[in-house]
Amino acid sequence: MHPIVKLVVQRLALGLLLLWATSILLFSLTEALPGDAAQAVLGQNATPQALANMREEMGLNRPAVTRYAEWFGGILHGDLGRSIINKVEISESVGRRLSTTIFLAFWAAVVAVPLSIFLGLLAVRFRERWPDKLISGLSLASISIPEFLLGYLLMYFVGVKLGWFPTNAIISDGMTLGQKLNAIALPVIVLTMVVLAHMMRMTRAAILNVMQSAYIETAELKGLSGFDVIWKHAFPNAIAPIVNVVMLNLAYLVVGVVVVEVVFVYPGMGQFLVDAVSKRDVPVVLACGIIFAAIYIGMNMLADIVSIIANPRLRHPK
Amino acid sequence: MKNIPLSAMIGLFFTALYFLAAIFAPLIAPYGMSDVVSNEIWAPASSEFLLGTDSIGRDLLTRMIYGGRTTIFIATAATILSFVTGSVLGFFAAVSGGWIDQVLSRFVDLMMAIPSLILALVVLAVVPVTLPVIIVLMGLLDATRVFRLARAVAVDINVMDYVEAARLRGEGTSWVIFREILPNALSPLVAEMGLRFIFMVLFVSTLSFLGLGVQPPLADWGGIVRENKDGIIYGIPAALWPAFAIATLAISVNLVADWVLNRTTSLKGGRG
Repeated sequence: MHPIVKLVVQRLALGLLLLWATSILLFSLTEALPGDAAQAVLGQNATPQALANMREEMGLNRPAVTRYAEWFGGILHGDLGRSIINKVEISESVGRRLSTTIFLAFWAAVVAVPLSIFLGLLAVRFRERWPDKLISGLSLASISIPEFLLGYLLMYFVGVKLGWFPTNAIISDGMTLGQKLNAIALPVIVLTMVVLAHMMRMTRAAILNVMQSAYIETAELKGLSGFDVIWKHAFPNAIAPIVNVVMLNLAYLVVGVVVVEVVFVYPGMGQFLVDAVSKRDVPVVLACGIIFAAIYIGMNMLADIVSIIANPRLRHPK
Repeated sequence: MKNIPLSAMIGLFFTALYFLAAIFAPLIAPYGMSDVVSNEIWAPASSEFLLGTDSIGRDLLTRMIYGGRTTIFIATAATILSFVTGSVLGFFAAVSGGWIDQVLSRFVDLMMAIPSLILALVVLAVVPVTLPVIIVLMGLLDATRVFRLARAVAVDINVMDYVEAARLRGEGTSWVIFREILPNALSPLVAEMGLRFIFMVLFVSTLSFLGLGVQPPLADWGGIVRENKDGIIYGIPAALWPAFAIATLAISVNLVADWVLNRTTSLKGGRG
């Protein structure tokens, strides 16, 4: 077998194993900790009798291993169980919300990825001069503010004071793409700022690393302009680390989405998860948790696979 | 003291200011923490209320000072917990090696494969949300990062001659960990501490903002945003003060951490 196929298959298998271990970890966290679903529904003041009846009704008296097997088996068949608050099938509510969340994350990625690579190139072109310092200063500042506050800062200054974009990201099926994009403009900007700083710094570092090679000196000596050297000679050789960083940050978007959705009242997975946690709806929390974890692990796995494939030494073994 | 660069001085000054304000909050704050002092909600800043009032007529400056106290207290406690558990377990894994190291490291890998916020939310759905629970939860989740660092540093130190000498003269594992490895691993860990502290401040603010952290009437910076967020769309900036506080605290702690890192690395000839 081609060594690269072998590496990719190994990485895939490892990802699946990790996902399975995650499901065990999440399930056992909700089991092992004091308090359970019955307690959560009835509250702290429930009588022991009521608790026992509730546990009986919810099937919590059966051994944990059996319930885990049922739960995990259900997930494999696309059945995420039922909410304990309103008894609705979780997979139904999740389906719609997942697509709205991916819509938001997709547009954030569309803005953030080219912008951060461009700014990274700019920082390298003018390294140690004011554009570089300005960019790194701004990126430090945006790391120091949590996502939700960034959201409110933008909502206050751009949404309310300037009135450019709506403050609540409400989207419905009847809207055209343009209207939808206008509605999610502010959350997209916040998510972009959240991942931009990190992506840009890593792009800058990756290209600077390549800039020390002898062939860059050759390119400079034969008289190419600063941008040509970076774009034609340094950038292609820095693609593997850059793609890796981009994937990792897209995975990070998944988490940023949770908070940003709550800020802008956006009807996606994040809001769903936070609501379920405050209502103590354990099956919904578990389902959302495993979905978020799966996306995160999947993205990380993809990042690894891309960097394996992007490595020419692995592609063409001696 | 003369060798401290300007940026570190500024950082130290503001960090100290925030910590002093946190410790002496009851003395500094003009009003009581949850006293409703005005009939007017979201009153603008005046000589009576320096930052105005909040969503139910409490003094915002008082809330911010007490909020800082809660936030800084939780972040500090969680940082200490995460460093104690993370570094002790990390050193232990490095010194023991073999299957103990494997089990601990693979478990930490698993924990780090899941975003901390998601793990925290799953746990908070089951257990009651109280201050000790939040501190322990944040501390243990973050201990995985400290474990990685501590283990990596300790693996290097563990093969040093003086550690071998200690073993040969018959010292036990705990001597090796606390007398040989800990003193030599301290500087990279202390430099990391600043960054972890900032992360804790951001984390607890996020949890409180989601309504799953510090519970009212106790004030904290994330909670102040939550209480006053409805004012934003009417153009009332009350919810933005915590942004200012968190950002200045984060930047000043970063400046101090940078300085500590530079100082320790130059002393040790680049060994982080």
